[in-house]
Amino acid sequence: MTDYIVKFTGVTKKYLRQAALNNVSFDLPQGKITALVGPNGSGKSTILKLIAGLAHPSQGAVTVHDKTVNRRIAGEVAYLSEMDTLYPFFTVEETIRFNAGLFADFDNQKAGEILSFMQLEPDKKVRHLSKGNRGRLKILLVLSRRAPLILMDEPLAGLDPLVRDSIIKSMISYLDLQQQTVFMSTHEVSEVEPVLDMVISLHEGKIMGYEEVENIREKHGLSLVDWMKESIQNKEMRI
Amino acid sequence: MSHAFNNTQPIYLQILQRLCRQVVRGEIEAGDKLPSVREMALQIGVNPNTVQRVYGELERLEIVETRRGLGSFITENEIRLNQLREDLKSEQIGSFIKDMKETGFSREEILEGVRRELFKN
Repeated sequence: MTDYIVKFTGVTKKYLRQAALNNVSFDLPQGKITALVGPNGSGKSTILKLIAGLAHPSQGAVTVHDKTVNRRIAGEVAYLSEMDTLYPFFTVEETIRFNAGLFADFDNQKAGEILSFMQLEPDKKVRHLSKGNRGRLKILLVLSRRAPLILMDEPLAGLDPLVRDSIIKSMISYLDLQQQTVFMSTHEVSEVEPVLDMVISLHEGKIMGYEEVENIREKHGLSLVDWMKESIQNKEMRI
Repeated sequence: MSHAFNNTQPIYLQILQRLCRQVVRGEIEAGDKLPSVREMALQIGVNPNTVQRVYGELERLEIVETRRGLGSFITENEIRLNQLREDLKSEQIGSFIKDMKETGFSREEILEGVRRELFKN
């Protein structure tokens, strides 16, 4: 019996007249790494923001642990934004301490381990870090929290293959899937595929595919990229 | 080892087959302790849930025993290990014969071809 940590019921999100999400319903299983894929503008960031409490649905309901999402969900949800959210004037060390102060579930020992693994210099100012190292720092902050739900919006975007590799490795090493769930949007579909349990594909604000990654190979004999392309051409999927 | 997966089979199955081959080849010996789920996941570059599934299957197949608090160990049961060796042998041979037949070779041709190739030097 699967437990579902996030539930979307009939969710529509409009920005002015444009519907970013159109009557979307799905359940996110607990303890798994799920990817949200789809073309640019399909509504991926919107879905993650709704779960993080950074936006509210125009219609429908979004729940986490069966509670309606509001701003206070930040206590249970760790969110990695695709935008630059680090303070440029902080050092790496100060950034970590700042986040430790914001979140009760911040694990300083874990942060220290990830810091060594990522080979980040604690005294370097964020504005002097390369894009790759800023990406590593963002992941460090999210993985250092013992939050039951971790949301990542394009964590690998614009990063070189070595950095992407270290980020994926850190996900494998530092996540505790007995206690945590991961939901991440990404374009780097083939690279994250070995790490995924499930994938949801989105197109123009509607769910087109919802499948266990192992089934995609077993039943359809497709790579994840091919499945994604196919699912987008099909009709909308009602979960 | 990561990214060396084909597209037609589930990843857990490919890992399972790889491990079985290593056991039959003697790269992993009877009684050896397998890495923890997390270590293995990191080595291969896959989701720990996937490795969990592999270990579960290996246990179900009685190739591996899990000892609570100690880890997962390859069985020392000689009979089971020989069976595994035999199974792998028939699978490989069966698959080869199927391919050859599909290409249109007769039984005699296949046998003769194998004999010639094996005793070439």
